[in-house]
Amino acid sequence: MAHYYQPDIETMPREELRALQLERMRESMRNAYENVGVFRERFDAAGVTPEDLTCLEDLARFPFVVKQDMRDAYPFGMFARPNAEVARIHASSGTTGQATVVGHTAADLANWADCFARGIAMVGGSADSTIQVSYGYGLFTGGLGAHAGGEAMGCTVIPTSSGNTKRQVQMMRDLGTDILACTPSYALLIADTAIELGYDPATEFPISAVICGAEPASQNMKDEIAEKLGVQYCDVYGLSEIMGPGVAMECAEGGGIHVAEDQFYCEVVDPETLEVLPDGQWGELVITTLARECCPLVRYRTRDVTRIVDEPCACGRTHRKIDYLRGRTDDMLIIRGVNVFPSQIEQVITEFPEIAAQYQIILTSNGPLDRVELQVETVPDFPFDEVRKLEDLKRRLAAELKGNLQVAVEIKIVEPKTIERSMGKAKRVVDLREGTNR
Amino acid sequence: MISQLSVFLANERGRLAAACRALADAGFNMHSLVLADTADFGVARIFCDRPEEAAALLAEAGYRAAVTPVIAVRVPNAPGGLATLLEFCDGAGMNVEYGYCYSVGPDTAVDVLKIEGEGAEAKLAEGGFDLVEADEIYAV
Ligand SMILES: [Zn+2]
Repeated sequence: MAHYYQPDIETMPREELRALQLERMRESMRNAYENVGVFRERFDAAGVTPEDLTCLEDLARFPFVVKQDMRDAYPFGMFARPNAEVARIHASSGTTGQATVVGHTAADLANWADCFARGIAMVGGSADSTIQVSYGYGLFTGGLGAHAGGEAMGCTVIPTSSGNTKRQVQMMRDLGTDILACTPSYALLIADTAIELGYDPATEFPISAVICGAEPASQNMKDEIAEKLGVQYCDVYGLSEIMGPGVAMECAEGGGIHVAEDQFYCEVVDPETLEVLPDGQWGELVITTLARECCPLVRYRTRDVTRIVDEPCACGRTHRKIDYLRGRTDDMLIIRGVNVFPSQIEQVITEFPEIAAQYQIILTSNGPLDRVELQVETVPDFPFDEVRKLEDLKRRLAAELKGNLQVAVEIKIVEPKTIERSMGKAKRVVDLREGTNR
Repeated sequence: MISQLSVFLANERGRLAAACRALADAGFNMHSLVLADTADFGVARIFCDRPEEAAALLAEAGYRAAVTPVIAVRVPNAPGGLATLLEFCDGAGMNVEYGYCYSVGPDTAVDVLKIEGEGAEAKLAEGGFDLVEADEIYAV
């Protein structure tokens, strides 16, 4: 029995939902155009006004905004509301340059809480649930975002914030936490700490779900968390520029993350040409807010790589999904005119148990053409003694990559430790092509 | 069964020499070496003393090295020696992954076969073939 937080919105027929999106988008654009300097300048320069938006596809005629625009507008340049109407301010960590601040009106906060609460329903939560929020509280949107979502649902909220992991485990056990909200790495640490303390949280704790986001997590890591804690894993997407956690959340069916489409309109664009890509193609996620009052954004380039999964979901929700994120556009390679993300290659490699996790992509020029070589190692127990098996492995891997990337890749099986292991981030791509300095 | 030392090698200058040097420096005497190679890699198939130890040594030194069970058959060093053996395998439904041979003196040759599955040795012995014992080739 499916269970929704806002059934009318979450299962709204597509046509009705699109009509609502269009109406809200136009209103949101007016808000941006009339109250935010950067939007007025950009729209004027592009020769468009909110009145030019006659259908959702018209959005492609409007200019983009990027994070730098928000930095440049620091502190209040992106605010469409006077201070009296601002209820709260969040800010990004600012590890790379100027921080970006985002204001929220009371209505913005209420919408945000609703978005997150929908995810709580997706993991089977209700007013009867206890949610432990182990995201950090503060300027970071994780803690307060999840907290408000729990309150909106009517849950019992335990605001443990992050840190003091042993106490987290104790609370989880003693207070009977049903849902844990935190970063995936912290969920794993909590699980491991519980196990170290002699518990089997999967069977001994009542916990039934985790809602994890704010940092990338591989499928293996998600599976490990789900297994160790014995829970449903819900991937939550959000970014502080747009709102915070709850922009998209994963239902029990998996297969991607449902975008709160009554609040946000998603496009996927080619990060080079900035052309809107058809559903199903990987590219950069661009988000337009539909109901944000204080900091409306039109065509915000997230730099996150995903694709739109436009298939009906068995959970009954009509809001479309985006696929699990595949890294950042900064990692993108252009090979023979095709956009390739190292994470796509990684994904294929993980499907081959015969191949070790280490790999390296070598790009060279072969005349005017790009030549792609993928160096991989076999796992130690692979029967490498039989040349036929190695050749067969190469063939299968090359075919799988060709199918996934649309680019021919030469496979080279190398000796162990040929591929450089670095202490920090491994150098996955070596670009030796002429005329590129990527 | 004979334990053959198999070493995966990149097709780059000096890799085979380096592997041989590593074995030699550790005092492993080599009795035979056959190289199967492709455009970008090769597999060295070696009979040497104490193959398990040799594989561990090479693995420790960063090589992809392992011990592979193979069968060695002594055949007359005359035309048709190998053909007869292979025909027998074929007739007995044994799938030969690969094979190679080397001569031992003027009258005898040793055919080495990697055969898929179990029971090949017994079938060959039954068929009257002269199987070579490990300690006839290398120090165990
Ligand atoms: Zn669903």
